[in-house]
Amino acid sequence: MSDNNVLLRVDNLVKHFPIMRGIFQKQVGAVRAVDGVSFEVKRGETLGLVGESGCGKSTTGRAILQLYRPTSGSVNFDGVDLVKLKGEELRKMRRKMQMIFQDPYASLNPRMSVGEIIREPLIVHNVATEADAEERVKQLLELVRLNPAFASRYPHEFSGGQRQRVGIARALALQPSFIVCDEPISALDVSIQAQVVNLLQELQDQFNLTYLFIAHDLSMVRHISDRVAVMYLGVVVELTTRNELYNNPLHPYTQALLSAVPIPDPVAETTRKRTILVGDVPSPVNPPSGCRFRTRCPIAESICAESRPEFREIKPGHFVACFFAERFL
Amino acid sequence: MSELLLDVQGLETSFKTAEGTVHAVNGVSFGVKEGETLGVVGESGCGKSVTMLSILGLVPNPPGKINAGSAKFFDQDLLKMSRDEIRAIRGAQIGMVFQDPMTSLNPVLTVGRQLTEPLILHLGMTKKQAEERAAELLEMVGIPNGKDRLSDFPHQFSGGMRQRVMIAMALSCSPQLLIADEPTTALDVTIQAQIMDLVKRLRNELGMAIIWITHDLGVVAGLAQRVIVMYGGHIIEEAQVNELFANPSHPYTIGLIGSLPRVDQGESKKLYSIEGLPPMLFEKPRHCPFAPRCKWVMERCWNENPVLELVAPEHRVACWVDVKKERPR
Repeated sequence: MSDNNVLLRVDNLVKHFPIMRGIFQKQVGAVRAVDGVSFEVKRGETLGLVGESGCGKSTTGRAILQLYRPTSGSVNFDGVDLVKLKGEELRKMRRKMQMIFQDPYASLNPRMSVGEIIREPLIVHNVATEADAEERVKQLLELVRLNPAFASRYPHEFSGGQRQRVGIARALALQPSFIVCDEPISALDVSIQAQVVNLLQELQDQFNLTYLFIAHDLSMVRHISDRVAVMYLGVVVELTTRNELYNNPLHPYTQALLSAVPIPDPVAETTRKRTILVGDVPSPVNPPSGCRFRTRCPIAESICAESRPEFREIKPGHFVACFFAERFL
Repeated sequence: MSELLLDVQGLETSFKTAEGTVHAVNGVSFGVKEGETLGVVGESGCGKSVTMLSILGLVPNPPGKINAGSAKFFDQDLLKMSRDEIRAIRGAQIGMVFQDPMTSLNPVLTVGRQLTEPLILHLGMTKKQAEERAAELLEMVGIPNGKDRLSDFPHQFSGGMRQRVMIAMALSCSPQLLIADEPTTALDVTIQAQIMDLVKRLRNELGMAIIWITHDLGVVAGLAQRVIVMYGGHIIEEAQVNELFANPSHPYTIGLIGSLPRVDQGESKKLYSIEGLPPMLFEKPRHCPFAPRCKWVMERCWNENPVLELVAPEHRVACWVDVKKERPR
């Protein structure tokens, strides 16, 4: 499948973190954070990646950008397999793909001024002279609706929402085509979240950006995404267009997840039906055999323990990994 | 109106910091009826947690100071009590659950030891009686094999299970009032749904009043009967839950409800966003605390801080503008 509209194709991506013990640092096991994930991101679209903490969504984002080198699998970005690249070649590709981090307090160097933070990628990648960089920093600050005069200030002088704007300006500095947004609004207050989300959408329209939007807030993901992938314990269990996923979820986990999200409307809250899952997410060190979700699944049968359900296209553009998905069609 | 269980009047709390005095709570008055669930909503720094900590005598002095107000609980003023007097009430007649179950549980004591402590202290049980009761409490909050788990340490429980332990502890002495400060914020949505389900069940079985502090309007919609909205250390709106969501009347409440995308609605229109930042509270505001961010701001808003006034039955708003009619009240 070589579609020119596809910017990023992730194939069977695996990232295991080894667990070492003893003085000889023998590997005794592995945290199977991402265990065979495949999806495509089309040019100019926003793919939402949702799941609960520990499901591997952030690891997936970092493995795509080669911030973690994948254990196996391929990441095809604009026709180039990033996994095979290293050194200078990889560095060149990094210009095209950037990241916005969750915690605007931890992702900005407190000893650098905001201007230096935004300028750094320009200097590192040698794309601007000092004087040009100065000008570019001003443009970028204006772009994210910060006063250009703030370039000489330090991160601690800004609020969380403003810092996140600085992080966005830094990500935009190299004019990337693809940005991984790793929970960019989770640390912000409700009234500030809307400001940042609106900004991200405006920038997307302006620069034809492609986003991988990682989040656990399903309402916000519904708002911002074109298509949504749901992850559970290192695998994608369902992927389809936004409205299809929210209106016709076919995987029992997606159904439970959607029904658990509180709706800010007391009338809707009293009338809706909830599926409450029992128990907790199992450990990714020793995940269940077969279907990862079977230990909490309300419709699990013996086959679910025996083999892993194939991630299949059950109707056009709607992928699901469940043996019994037809029941919900 | 039925008898008020807790009646708070004119509470003012401030903190001395290196940068000046922070006026965290500026004249807050509210009541809770027996068996009622009151939701307290607001963003970080709005004073919702400090209000509750003040009532419970848990504001450290210095730097904190309660400057004015009263908090009547069964005809006794909690704010005038000695340390020992309030300690006899806290944990016995008023139970508490906090946001982070890992930091509120002592990591070096077994869960059994921590659960039996209030039973022995407040109810004068013997160790054996207390252990039996503690095992019952664990079963009541949905932790199977309660008896065996008493000897476990907090780290042997998952996040959701720890919050269940906290709830068991808060309810151990059958309190008339449960104060829960963002108890589900640190949890994943499916676990949050479990905990909310549990709280609703226990509320029906035990009939205690609940003050549920949260920034999540969705949680409030599903749980509370009455809601107060806080901003800048003030209560700015108060109403029955259906009324508040159907007719939000303060510009801040309107903005907050409007800025939330909903998981059950697909239209991706631009989110309503409240521009600007929450106030810093280094000065006691003489004007409306929301004035700098308000779309409907008038001259009077800068000169006088509005007080709560009845706009509909049981619906009070602190705003000089009748937003619906777009004219002064």
